[in-house]
Amino acid sequence: MIVLSSARDLVADRFGLFGGRFVPETLISALDELTAVYADASADPSFREELEALWKDYVGRPTPLYRAERLGEAAGGAEVWLKREDLNHTGAHKINNALGQVLLARRMGKRRIIAETGAGQHGVATATVCALFGLECVVYMGEEDIRRQALNVFRMRLLGAEVRSVDSGTRTLKDATNEAIRDWVTNVTDTHYIIGSVVGPHPYPAMVRDFQSVIGIEARNQCLERTGQLPSVVVACVGGGSNSMGIFHPFIGDRNVALVGVEAAGDGVDTPRHAATLTLGKPGVLHGSFSYLLQDEHGQVAGAHSISAGLDYPGVGPEHSYLKDSGRATYVSATDAEALNAFQQLARLEGIIPALESAHAIAYVLREGARWAGRGPMVVCLSGRGDKDVAQVAEMLGQ
Amino acid sequence: MSRDRAIAKAFDRAAAEKRAALVVYATAGYPRPEEGLAALVAAADAGADVIELGVPFSDPLADGPTIQKASFDVIEAGVDLPWALELLREFRRQRDTPVVIFSYLNPILHFGVERFISAAVDAGADGLLITDLPVDADPELETLFESSPLDLVRLIAPTTLRERARYIASRSGGFVYYISRTGVTGARSELATGIEEKVAELRAASEVPVAVGFGISTAEQAAAVARMADGIIVGSAFVDALGKRGVAGGAELIATLRGALGRG
Repeated sequence: MIVLSSARDLVADRFGLFGGRFVPETLISALDELTAVYADASADPSFREELEALWKDYVGRPTPLYRAERLGEAAGGAEVWLKREDLNHTGAHKINNALGQVLLARRMGKRRIIAETGAGQHGVATATVCALFGLECVVYMGEEDIRRQALNVFRMRLLGAEVRSVDSGTRTLKDATNEAIRDWVTNVTDTHYIIGSVVGPHPYPAMVRDFQSVIGIEARNQCLERTGQLPSVVVACVGGGSNSMGIFHPFIGDRNVALVGVEAAGDGVDTPRHAATLTLGKPGVLHGSFSYLLQDEHGQVAGAHSISAGLDYPGVGPEHSYLKDSGRATYVSATDAEALNAFQQLARLEGIIPALESAHAIAYVLREGARWAGRGPMVVCLSGRGDKDVAQVAEMLGQ
Repeated sequence: MSRDRAIAKAFDRAAAEKRAALVVYATAGYPRPEEGLAALVAAADAGADVIELGVPFSDPLADGPTIQKASFDVIEAGVDLPWALELLREFRRQRDTPVVIFSYLNPILHFGVERFISAAVDAGADGLLITDLPVDADPELETLFESSPLDLVRLIAPTTLRERARYIASRSGGFVYYISRTGVTGARSELATGIEEKVAELRAASEVPVAVGFGISTAEQAAAVARMADGIIVGSAFVDALGKRGVAGGAELIATLRGALGRG
């Protein structure tokens, strides 16, 4: 059973130094309302029952924990288990959170939903839950991402959402988020903003983590059931960090389980073109919270780069910053080339085409698997499937 | 070099002249860095009682298209926080008009908070307004600002609940900035409703004057708000005039607005 934050848990708006509510004053009352409504829902068994029923019957949870033997062999003999979030309805973990938040929007009586999206997976998940509940849906997406994720744009439109192209700044997830916040500041009285990652002002990072922690709770139980032991390591990709926070969180108290987050290194961490926020960033404020941030020498937010639109973000969830500084989790990175290789390897070895985001976690397995061989189960979050990326990869491979 | 109560005195002078004070926002270095000083001087000479000097930020999420574009343009041209402080120092050599530094939090954090406070005071700043630092968001940081010689101007929105609004008003330095509407900065064809009532309430709760901003661009709007508040704030309209009609166009707008502020 998932653990939702109580009113008492939600009093604290920080994870150590990180987090907070650095937003325009106009949004404070909406954040207070959301915090209160979420705390009420957490204490209400009918909320949990409804959410769990939707996860089961609509999303298809629990997702399997699958022993990837051929991948393990290729990765130096590691015992690799994939947590199959790619098998969720809509193709990624994003729906776990979108359903939780749409139920809260209904409790608040808000009939209009907005969202930001990078790769389009969160946009598709949000458009889906809005269709399910008959709500108006507007999704902000960077012009560059609309180009590289055309399939998801069409899916959102099929689902009845309006996709608004954002042509300011980097034309990717960062500026799509700015534009969603501007919409929210303007329409805050009748609109709920479904943030898709563990970022943004309090209570979003805690709330989105709670909804995504279903991944880790299932994975922990499944691993114990299947192998009789806890994993030696849990691996997940990190952009904003929702699938990783979701799978890490239930293992935080298991001190012998290593937690490894894999950031996008783009062209490489020794080049200016990457999205390795925790590896190379410096704490700062973006999108309402204090967390590690890629920024230039003047405190301007630096443009990120990744082959994967979902990881192409210069910020990261504040709880990851906390886990990094406390040493509980380790953050590494994988380059575009490594991810592209992992994308193809997983297809050939296991018959599973991963999302380019998730391919970063697979790239870590291929690179470091031998280190973990003979040390027990290695649980890897396969956060989404790669159908959306096939056209882009074909283009990159010149086919 | 502390400039004692310069903002309060500017509001007092306007009140003595039986008019609302005019607060003018300018993005530092706009329309072009070499015209940045002229833009501030022109605003002061055309009748601005207080100037808000905008530090450009890459992610201006509280701003509409006009100030976004101005921010991106000047960043592109090399403007940053130290440059804006240098601009202020130059301006201070020429004019006495009180200046509030208007910034998002990140450039200040990056520069270093204590270093920023002393550099800003040294350059001749009188106040500070941080768009994304709502009251109680970071008590330690807020104490640093509040105990500095700078007036920490606080914002209150239409969505702010009554009790919180009173609390913010009681903690605001220089003046209280009442945001007239939900939304981002930018010119609008019509004024928001309910301003008068809110402002009256805030004036009762605050020891400092109450100024109203967001969406004020014409003389009619300025005149209407001037009848309700201690001051009006004009930002996007001035930036837009600077961009389209240059420093002279900006000055013309300020003179027009200033002429509309009498309480009769």
